[in-house]
Amino acid sequence: MTSLLTDTGTAHRDGEVPSWVRELREAGAAAAASLGLPTPRLESWRFTDLRAVENIDFAAPRAHAPKLASGAFAAFEIEELDVARAVFVDGAFSPALSDMAGMDPARVMLLSDAVRECEAELRDRLGTLMLAPEDGLEALNQSRMDDGVVVIVPDGATIERPLEILCVSTGEGDPVAWHPRHVIVAGKGSKVRVLEHSVSMTDDAVSLTNSVTEVFADEDARVEHYFLERDSRSAFNISTLATKQETRSDVHSHTVLLGGKVVRNNVQPTLNGANAHCLINGLYVGDGDQLLDNAMRVRHSAPDCQSRQHYKGIMNGKSRGVFTGRIIVDKAGQQTDAVQSSRAMLLSESARATARPQLEIYADDVKCTHGATTGRVDDEAVFYFMSRGLSEEVSRAMLIYAFAAEGFDRMELVPVRRLLAREMIAKLPKAAGLSIEV
Amino acid sequence: MTTPLLEIRNLHVRLEEQPEIEILRGIDLTIQPGEVHSIMGPNGSGKSTLAQVLSGKEDYEITEGEILFNGEDLAEMDADERANAGVFLAFQYPVEIPGVSSMQFLKAAVNAKRAFEGKEELDAGSLIKHFRAKAEQINVPFEMLKRNVNEGFSGGEKKRFEIFQMAVLDSVLGILDESDSGLDIDALKIVSDGVNSMRDGNRGFLLITHYQRLLSYIVPDRVHVLVKGQIIKSGGKELALELEEHGYAPFGVNETASQPVTA
Repeated sequence: MTSLLTDTGTAHRDGEVPSWVRELREAGAAAAASLGLPTPRLESWRFTDLRAVENIDFAAPRAHAPKLASGAFAAFEIEELDVARAVFVDGAFSPALSDMAGMDPARVMLLSDAVRECEAELRDRLGTLMLAPEDGLEALNQSRMDDGVVVIVPDGATIERPLEILCVSTGEGDPVAWHPRHVIVAGKGSKVRVLEHSVSMTDDAVSLTNSVTEVFADEDARVEHYFLERDSRSAFNISTLATKQETRSDVHSHTVLLGGKVVRNNVQPTLNGANAHCLINGLYVGDGDQLLDNAMRVRHSAPDCQSRQHYKGIMNGKSRGVFTGRIIVDKAGQQTDAVQSSRAMLLSESARATARPQLEIYADDVKCTHGATTGRVDDEAVFYFMSRGLSEEVSRAMLIYAFAAEGFDRMELVPVRRLLAREMIAKLPKAAGLSIEV
Repeated sequence: MTTPLLEIRNLHVRLEEQPEIEILRGIDLTIQPGEVHSIMGPNGSGKSTLAQVLSGKEDYEITEGEILFNGEDLAEMDADERANAGVFLAFQYPVEIPGVSSMQFLKAAVNAKRAFEGKEELDAGSLIKHFRAKAEQINVPFEMLKRNVNEGFSGGEKKRFEIFQMAVLDSVLGILDESDSGLDIDALKIVSDGVNSMRDGNRGFLLITHYQRLLSYIVPDRVHVLVKGQIIKSGGKELALELEEHGYAPFGVNETASQPVTA
């Protein structure tokens, strides 16, 4: 057993937490102990090997966030986007850098406060989307539930100001492992947007982030969730977005994976009320020896629901991209309309991409389509661009960008599109000087 | 004596992947500034290969002969350099590029050419003005530029957009690869009018076509018949009419035999 599973990171705070939270943690700890860390022997983890983390001596987040130079922090701001912000530095909440105001009438607070102050909203929800963990990591998160952010949006409220949960890894001191739990409760007909943004101050900061975000979208609620992963090349990032959607609710999940050494991105919506809709939009861009593993599990538990999955990968160097798209249609999920598409572009001989559609359908009147392609930059298109005077490098970069652009276009926050486009272009081979309007 | 715009001497070409097959077998062709030439030929005669070789497609190997553009060896130049020097290929099948707007594409192309010429980039305002003027000249709706490159364009729109690009880039040698194929008469007329509006004493055009129809609208100075990789006859515009009447049979080509029976 690894230190990760036995270490009692947050035990010192247990005295302050309500008993029902302690019970959740204990159940999580028991499940984590029996499941262990996932290994490639598990079907769902076939391509992703986490053994490397067992040799790293991770520390728990410190009680107080280290101070950051203000200049260093500015580098992570999303230009022209006005956000409320919760900042975590090496896993510790930084009150000095955070500003969670301006989202009224939504309540925004830390999980450790919310379990006491908002028991009515949380007690029947927290952990309910994780009750049957598939692997030890989700259970491990349950056993800790390190401080994350809770957003509770009352019925009918539209919250214009997005919340950014910014997680900064400094690379200083011992490597930190943390297991934050975020919860979004969107009341009937409400609207809210949350960005999780994971960044690193150095190129080689070692860290393990194992986060779980639970989203509860009540009738007619609309939730937009962004996950922008820009960790260092030595970081391990496992994230799970689980949603439960009631009648006519609409959840959009946008994921962009750019950094990290081993990244596992789980998106697990459950369409629980009729006519619910979810969009699962993702882009992963790998190079070097990155492993970017995307595991979708969409559950249709109610009739007349729609799900849309669109993932694209661009792999260079020796990187590997994985997309597993599982669609489960329960007996109650009649008239399900599910679409899944996975497309990957390989930029080098050694890059690899794997797509695995998995359909489990128990209803008899459903429409599920899925498609997966893997290819390279189209030579005909490169020639077309060059025949108009563009250099081969610029032609290729524009075409690679164009491949990804469709995913950006689905994002409603234009400043986020711009940031991602810029970051992506910076990562493309020989794309310097490419100017793209987003 | 003026330097020819294009001078092809004894050009032999084969496919890199199938070196045993020689596609062009000794082509000689000279286009002076201001002239319009047409190459006509049956399917498989090497017409499109010639167009692609001229524009710098890499799948071909020149085994013999040379191509001079304004006296310079074209074979030494990559496709983008040729374009920036003034060679334009209007594609038979323009490529659809989802994700890149036509505006963005043409801005990049115009500024690539300006960089090649050692000029400063044009600002957005000047570019738009330039695009508007050319859109009017070639008779394409300006709105077309807001769409992604060729994406969802009809056959006619694609061909018109090619001519528009040629005008925007102010190319001096326009090679039109079957720009008439698949066009109805109205679209054919717009494409032809666009080309005719660009004719002057400096520009040259090479019209590659299977049929005479296009040449009623863009009247060529010279017509060449290409069969099995060789120009077997050259003449004035009346040669096109001759071909229209008698087909390629007098040149030993049995076109019906080479077509699939069910077509």
